[in-house]
Amino acid sequence: MNISALKYGLRQGILSLRRNLWLATVTAGIIAISLAILGGFLLLAVNVGQMMRTIETNLEIAVFLEEGADPADISRQLAEHALVQSYLLVPKEQGLVEFAETLGDPAFLAGMEGENNPLPDLFRVKASDAQSVAALATDIRAFPGVEMADYGEELVGRLIGVTHWLNRLLLGMSSLLALGAVFLIVTTIRLSVVARQDEVGIMKYLGASNSFIRFPFLLEGVVIGWTGTLFAIVALGLGYEQLATSLQQEALTFFIRPVTDPALILPIFGGLLLLGTLMGGIGSIVSVRKFLRV
Amino acid sequence: MIELKRVSKSYHNCALPAVANLSLQVNRGEFVFLVGPSGAGKSTLIKLVFREQTPSSGQITFEGRDLSKLKQKELLRHRRRIGMVFQDYRLLKQKTVYENVAFALEVIGRPVKEIRRKVPAALAEVGLTGKEKAFPAELSGGEQQRVGIARAIVKDPLIILADEPTGNLDRNNALQLMELFETINRSGTTVIIATHAWDLVDRMKKRVVAMENGSLIRDEQRGSYGNEHLST
Repeated sequence: MNISALKYGLRQGILSLRRNLWLATVTAGIIAISLAILGGFLLLAVNVGQMMRTIETNLEIAVFLEEGADPADISRQLAEHALVQSYLLVPKEQGLVEFAETLGDPAFLAGMEGENNPLPDLFRVKASDAQSVAALATDIRAFPGVEMADYGEELVGRLIGVTHWLNRLLLGMSSLLALGAVFLIVTTIRLSVVARQDEVGIMKYLGASNSFIRFPFLLEGVVIGWTGTLFAIVALGLGYEQLATSLQQEALTFFIRPVTDPALILPIFGGLLLLGTLMGGIGSIVSVRKFLRV
Repeated sequence: MIELKRVSKSYHNCALPAVANLSLQVNRGEFVFLVGPSGAGKSTLIKLVFREQTPSSGQITFEGRDLSKLKQKELLRHRRRIGMVFQDYRLLKQKTVYENVAFALEVIGRPVKEIRRKVPAALAEVGLTGKEKAFPAELSGGEQQRVGIARAIVKDPLIILADEPTGNLDRNNALQLMELFETINRSGTTVIIATHAWDLVDRMKKRVVAMENGSLIRDEQRGSYGNEHLST
């Protein structure tokens, strides 16, 4: 396509946008909403991923000993295991004190000291890396004298389940909205094509190529897509920055730290821009296709 | 230049073919009238040569190329070598006379310099110098058709295909347009005109190809409309 064709396409694209300004604005708005939801979902997914990694990295295996088991035997086996990074013996007397502190009532100790202590001796074991926690717990369960080894897999499993369910819901919602936005783009561009149907017909008779005819409409769709995406990115960026700042100030817990690494955030925004452009472009191509068959 | 060999064209919703087993040859530089009653197949024949339609059977060649076998790029090149003129002018009413003619070159990507040189020349050829800034609605029917002709010739076509170009014009305007087509033809451009204007056909003494029910019934050099107009 040469310069004069490009100029013609630009001029016609701008004219069409001005003619359908309201519909183009509504379409850009729907694109903005659908992409903001999708972007929000992706940001949530990145944050949940990081949270899960933090939890897994800090997981400890609580190894409860059988009544009468020798802590020195278990300690020796733990020291020899390749996946163990560190371990700490918590005798049952200390365990009882910690338990009472957790409950916030020292009176709880009354009558449970010595022979009456119901708690077993306990080892707190850290694995050399997060991926080895499950394997290490399985190995430790096989040690003679070990009653049970627990690292909260149920909680982790439930967290993963909820996250997957949330992911699917948000992905479904944003896909439906994105589909609706594409239909709206198709309608907007089709209105432009119908308004210029005579011109398109004459262009075919004059020997214009399909790409020449399609270009102004493609431009219109892409501009609508970009505008919507731009709104989505600005809204999402500002909202996320606000949320991240407030969460960091609150310092709720060590594992709810929002992701602020640009290497993780920027690809999401870049992906949204690409998706918005594709939505605009595909919508335009679908709209014009029927009118090019002359 | 154009050769039709046993060409037939049927439309899905019609029992009879629009063109039936028609063979015809038109040489470079010829002036041909296509005559016949409404529904004789004249417009379909023009659409087949423009490759807006493809034949149901038979073969059409243009400058030795089989039109059915043209690829997208070749089809564009083929259409750019043809100037189309319509009964209803098909001008863009929001564009001026100059812009309508320039549009023919813009859409095929010709450079601005060439457009600035060729458009005034084409307008001068059809006698519309001074009307460049007028909009189609401000022109008479004859003038609008002249714009249509200027748009067709501005890209230097090998052939002009005109479908009832004088259908909406009075006799005087129609005669002037026919003379304009003759001038264009004298410069070497092949002209094929489908028309009902029997008096003009008789007056101009050009080759006449008469059609009826999709078939060729007469092909005469320096011919006349004949009796076909009596049945229109």
